[in-house]
Amino acid sequence: MEISEKNTDILIIGGGAAGSFAGIMAKEYAPDFDVTIIEKAHIDRSGCLAAGINAINAYLTPGQTPEKYLDYVKRDSNGLVRDDLVYSIGQGLNRVTQKVEEWGLPIHKDEDGNYLARGPRSIKIDGENFKPILANKVRKSRVEVLNRTVATNYIIQDGAVRGSYAFNLRDGIFYVIKAKAVICATGGAAGIYRPNNSGQARHKMWYSPFNTGAGYAMGIRAGAEMTTFEMRFVALRVKDVLAPTGSFAFAGAKQVNSNGEEYLKKYDKINTPIRLYATVQEEKAGKGPCFLNLNNISKEEGEELKRSLLGMCPGIVLQWEEQGISTDNIKVEIEGTEPYIVGGHCQAGYWIDKNRQTTLPGLFAAGDVAGGAPKKYVTGAFVEGETAVINAIKYSRESDFVDDIQDSMIKEEYNRVIRPLKHTDGITVEELENKLQDIMEEYAGGKSKSYELEEETLKEARILLKELKKQADHIVAENHHQLMLAHEVIDRIEVARVLVEHLIYRKETRWPAYQTRIDYPERKEDWLKFINSVIDTDSKKIKIIERDYQSLK
Amino acid sequence: MSININENSCNGCPKRKEGRCERICPGNLIKRKNEKAVIENKSDCWDCAACVKACPQNAIEIYLPEEIGGKGANLLAEVKKNEIVWVIKNQSGNYKEYHLAR
Ligand SMILES: Cc1cc2nc3c(=O)[nH]c(=O)nc-3n(C[C@H](O)[C@H](O)[C@H](O)COP(=O)(O)OP(=O)(O)OC[C@H]3O[C@@H](n4cnc5c(N)ncnc54)[C@H](O)[C@@H]3O)c2cc1C
Ligand code: SF4
Ligand code: SF4
Repeated sequence: MEISEKNTDILIIGGGAAGSFAGIMAKEYAPDFDVTIIEKAHIDRSGCLAAGINAINAYLTPGQTPEKYLDYVKRDSNGLVRDDLVYSIGQGLNRVTQKVEEWGLPIHKDEDGNYLARGPRSIKIDGENFKPILANKVRKSRVEVLNRTVATNYIIQDGAVRGSYAFNLRDGIFYVIKAKAVICATGGAAGIYRPNNSGQARHKMWYSPFNTGAGYAMGIRAGAEMTTFEMRFVALRVKDVLAPTGSFAFAGAKQVNSNGEEYLKKYDKINTPIRLYATVQEEKAGKGPCFLNLNNISKEEGEELKRSLLGMCPGIVLQWEEQGISTDNIKVEIEGTEPYIVGGHCQAGYWIDKNRQTTLPGLFAAGDVAGGAPKKYVTGAFVEGETAVINAIKYSRESDFVDDIQDSMIKEEYNRVIRPLKHTDGITVEELENKLQDIMEEYAGGKSKSYELEEETLKEARILLKELKKQADHIVAENHHQLMLAHEVIDRIEVARVLVEHLIYRKETRWPAYQTRIDYPERKEDWLKFINSVIDTDSKKIKIIERDYQSLK
Repeated sequence: MSININENSCNGCPKRKEGRCERICPGNLIKRKNEKAVIENKSDCWDCAACVKACPQNAIEIYLPEEIGGKGANLLAEVKKNEIVWVIKNQSGNYKEYHLAR
């Protein structure tokens, strides 16, 4: 690999929703700045938005306020969120929506020209083309984009982040990119647990299988503080094709068990996690499988639902074709997915201040990689991208490029990155990935365990993962693509280790299904606090830090 | 989930640095070899359909793998300026079309 050094004022890692928005805003607030996005795929369709989406799920429709948004998010998360972060997202949701509309996103409107609401915080869009619209705006804004460039670690000097190392998948160039400030926007992590589907369908998952926790791992290795990994996200989805269930719910679907009973009636407060938790409980009680029943809608309404699903999950339309399901009598089986680590739905991620600065000077975070603010979705990722960039610009104006990176530091990372290419025999990517997923599935509350956790098995996971990390030193790659895959598994092991420490530490059940401790089944007032972790960069030990919950009111 | 690339319909996107499908796959799974697009590892496909929509030759179709109930139906997309026409072909060779605004 050839080594190439470059400088940019602001470096954004990951050109998905948050990263693209941050890039565009950077050029708006600081046209004189050099802004660079590195993206491991191609910005036109990379990340969670690849397929397109059909709604904006965090928007304040008339009558909603940032206060109400905070109340809702807090209620849904059983009281523990970062009020300051969630509130500030609430303040920005409508502003960023208007921006993307100006850039060309079609948003459904009623006769009076108001956005068509799907619910109090959700509006309908024609979002198939969402990512290309963002990417075009990035190009027009003259943000430099390095596609197919995989970030591997931060450049650190005196504890501050001064850029990033990366390699290009196509030409194999190893980059040393120095920056005055860095924004991490690499999304969350899939592929830590054994996927629901196997064989040729193993990547048929809800979250993007290409978001593999790189940003988390880079932060962990650099000693950044991480929060609330233990609040894993599990989505309730249509079996096999994992299509979203929200569109069905909006169409009035009922959740029924195999006896046809509407089992949600047993619960007095119904929210996203309860819908999932209740389903898992029915399955455990032998009353599964569960279904979404939509047998009382018209054929036209059924066809409309089908079309709205096509834009974001074409697989379900194929499934209906294969199963001969007709749209006037829709009944689809539902199940929970494998758990994901994702700060945009739950709240695992970097511990950040209100400026979206992490605990490492010079490093900001936005979107699914940033912690503390669940239910921010795509528009929340935009708000955070904007906030991060405003503050990264301020930071940059007072900092300069690192002038002398020691050669030995570059060499060390270079050697770490290319090591899998040097191995002729050792463990393959697939073997290592399977081992990781087996450990997490069996010992850290996978789907087949009804997502349940207990200290004893978690401690087993801790030991096995430590062993696995050693094996990862022997991973083999034959080409640059495999090299990327190898680092994806290495990163996921890093994330899994921290996750297990968080899971062990929280001795209560705060978020049933996402985090169910069978040895501590109650939710307890004295656990209304954040569990954070940081790796001691010398001893490499994971240290847990407790942080108080702070109410805005 | 996965895709098939029809070798006969693919013209390799001549004169382009990368095939359109090759360019946009979020998992970097498609490469051109001898002027034809190929998917390197089908089980790595996420089923996002980005490549299906990007191909001007309609050479890429998406199908359900057997593991999740696939029996041979597939889905193609014709992308026009203001709409996408999704075309489903089922096992018996019948077609259905869906027009979606974009
Ligand atoms: C299937 C699905 C459907 C959704 N539907 C909706 C919806 O209907 N409404 C809604 O509001 N929200 C929806 N969301 C949520 C929304 O898409 C996410 O909240 C949002 O995309 C998060 O933005 P992000 O920038 O953090 O992550 P992403 O948009 O995924 O971007 C992360 C980017 O980082 C890149 N990257 C990762 N690692 C590296 C690395 N090492 N080097 C360089 N680049 C890297 C990735 O390739 C990717 O482009 C959905 C999400 C999913 C997965
Ligand atoms: S469907 Fe998506 S993930 Fe699969 S090959 Fe096409 S672009 Fe890649
Ligand atoms: S976009 Fe279509 S024509 Fe172009 S390389 Fe891909 S499959 Fe071939």
